[in-house]
Amino acid sequence: MNDPFGTPDSVLVLGGTSDIARALVRRLVARGTKKVMLTGRDRARLDVVAAELRSDGADAVTSLEFDATDVAGAASIVDSAFAEAGRVDLIIVAVGLLVDDAQEERDPAKVAESIAVNFAWPAVALARVAEHLRSQGGGHAVVLSTVAAVRVRRANYVYGSAKAGLDEYARNLHQALAGSGAGITVVRPGFVHSKMTVGRPPPPMSTTPDAVAEDVVRGLERGAEVVWSPARLRLIFAVLRLLPEVLWRRLPM
Amino acid sequence: MPERVAVDPAPTTGAGRGSVGERPGDARLLAGWGRTSPTIARVLEPDSAAAVDAPLSGERRGCIARGLGRSYGDAAQCAGGVVLDTRRLDAIGEIDAETGVVDVGAGVSLDRLLRVGLRDGWFIPVSPGTRQVSIGGAIAADVHGKNHHRDGSFCRHVSSITLHTPGGVHEVGPEADPELFWATAGGMGLTGVVTSARVAMRRVESAWMRVDTEQHGDIDSLMTALERVDASHRYSVAWVDCSASGRQLGRGILDAADHAAASEVTGRRAARLLRPPPERALSVPPIVPRWAINPLTVAAFNEAWFRKSPSRPGHLRHLSGFFHPLDALANWNVVFGRRGFLQYQFAVDDAHRELVPRTLELLQRARCPVTISVLKRFGPGDPGPLSFPIPGWTLALDLPVGPPALRDTLRGLDEAVASAGGRVYLAKDARLGRDMFQAMYPRLSEFQAVCRRVDPEGVLTSDLARRLGICEDSSS
Repeated sequence: MNDPFGTPDSVLVLGGTSDIARALVRRLVARGTKKVMLTGRDRARLDVVAAELRSDGADAVTSLEFDATDVAGAASIVDSAFAEAGRVDLIIVAVGLLVDDAQEERDPAKVAESIAVNFAWPAVALARVAEHLRSQGGGHAVVLSTVAAVRVRRANYVYGSAKAGLDEYARNLHQALAGSGAGITVVRPGFVHSKMTVGRPPPPMSTTPDAVAEDVVRGLERGAEVVWSPARLRLIFAVLRLLPEVLWRRLPM
Repeated sequence: MPERVAVDPAPTTGAGRGSVGERPGDARLLAGWGRTSPTIARVLEPDSAAAVDAPLSGERRGCIARGLGRSYGDAAQCAGGVVLDTRRLDAIGEIDAETGVVDVGAGVSLDRLLRVGLRDGWFIPVSPGTRQVSIGGAIAADVHGKNHHRDGSFCRHVSSITLHTPGGVHEVGPEADPELFWATAGGMGLTGVVTSARVAMRRVESAWMRVDTEQHGDIDSLMTALERVDASHRYSVAWVDCSASGRQLGRGILDAADHAAASEVTGRRAARLLRPPPERALSVPPIVPRWAINPLTVAAFNEAWFRKSPSRPGHLRHLSGFFHPLDALANWNVVFGRRGFLQYQFAVDDAHRELVPRTLELLQRARCPVTISVLKRFGPGDPGPLSFPIPGWTLALDLPVGPPALRDTLRGLDEAVASAGGRVYLAKDARLGRDMFQAMYPRLSEFQAVCRRVDPEGVLTSDLARRLGICEDSSS
């Protein structure tokens, strides 16, 4: 159950080592979240995050390991997580894989992997999450998207188009959930300094996992369907998404 | 009669309905009066006492009764489970002309019982601050009124209850299975579904109250006056100006009252000696912007309220204005907007009276505006393990959700109340933690033993019960 201040009592993270998810959960724990279940690919790193959350005072457990390229297995991962956690008030979907290397983008296996991890796996997992939220009579999911999903750019079009699919999917699933007590918030950060982007030159208006987490917490508080981080990206992309293709592809980004 | 419940517009179309499959009942989003933390449940509306048995025996995702939805928090909701709306259990029997005893259905509102009774000169034995409370809810919360120092809380005036539990139907009272009866009094619906009760009404000569109003300039003077009128008046209550600080901290208005005898009611009022409360209530449009409720506007409101009530002995006021001033507005809870509001009500004994001014100071320092606050005296409590009142003081505060410091300030208050041997009222609570709850209600294990007896499978539960672990045996 959320408390009256909008803080969920129990949280499930799919992709628990994501820097943004980690910052977000720490913030929620500071605001009163008691139970956290972490799932992801890398057991050792999940354990580190869980230990950190326990020292913050949460009852945090590392749970299932999964491989986000195994799209068919997504539903059963979600089922087991709910079976173990009981009621979950907030689900954070933070699986993702940045593919923006020109060589990799020409590799069919890499394209398949990017679409699996950035779109197919989270979409299947969300479908299952939605069913659990319906039957438990409420709950919320946060889906990490990206501004690159709003207007896909050439520099990382494989990643961007997969995220664009997830972004559209999650927002429409939110509409489909109307009246069920459940909902979905899509988060569109700009360039975030994190382990995903190490070594890449930051564009203007880059941000940090902590800043994104703060924006998400405030977005959840006001019931936002989409959270931009930083918030001014919303205005900028309102313009950029209308830009003619000839201009768009010449932009230095 | 118009139904005034804090049910958010019932979204029974599309996804919400599809998800519940073929099971009976509409999926509805339910919240408490404070409108925080709504959840979805399937709502059934049993039209007979027997109709509550099927969900009680077969529901695996939990089941709880709901009356008029005036609990402020999550007491009458059950996420993913079944909520039994008892409002169709609405029979009112004959009021015994000698004793005032009457059999009433659990879904009857105090409003209706009062109207029916008043025709023959009967008033409800205990009245909370609103008439829009069901009999079942009044028992489940063991509600108290302005006469607690003299007459105790509601269940003291109940001689028997028909209680439907997963283990069968029980007729209980202070003599018949007192353990189950008193666990049900204040048990927040977790011992079973009350379908009807036998209540003793109070004889009155008029619908008018003789009220002594006193303005007091600080908290000490106000509290001393409240203690003084314990002996002289059946009803007493104080409104506290929570914005006033410094030497005026806790200034307020004391109303002490008794039912007016027929001979005291003169003039035009005498012609309508037993005038019922007004039928219609105004509706508040939900357009008050969030910034409109802030420490400054609340202070201005309090200043005006304080000034409009100078000391005035022995004036007549209609009982609806005295007991239920806010019932004139059908949905005043919407003025707090989408985020809703909390009510924080605690009780402490006489030895810890300083907690009252300390609470006001703490909330002022944290810049948490209190829109309405009410201070009362409690007499001896009921024997129920979860019944709220303990002899001494009770302070109730309406707090809009929004100030960043509110959560931690209330947590700090919980600790102060618990260490003073006091407690927070579950019917108002939406946020208490398990540790604090267990500290405040040390007789919880007695209550859980009763629950295990009547509900071994643990069917009865609510969002409140899950949050506080009320039904779980913490020792196991």
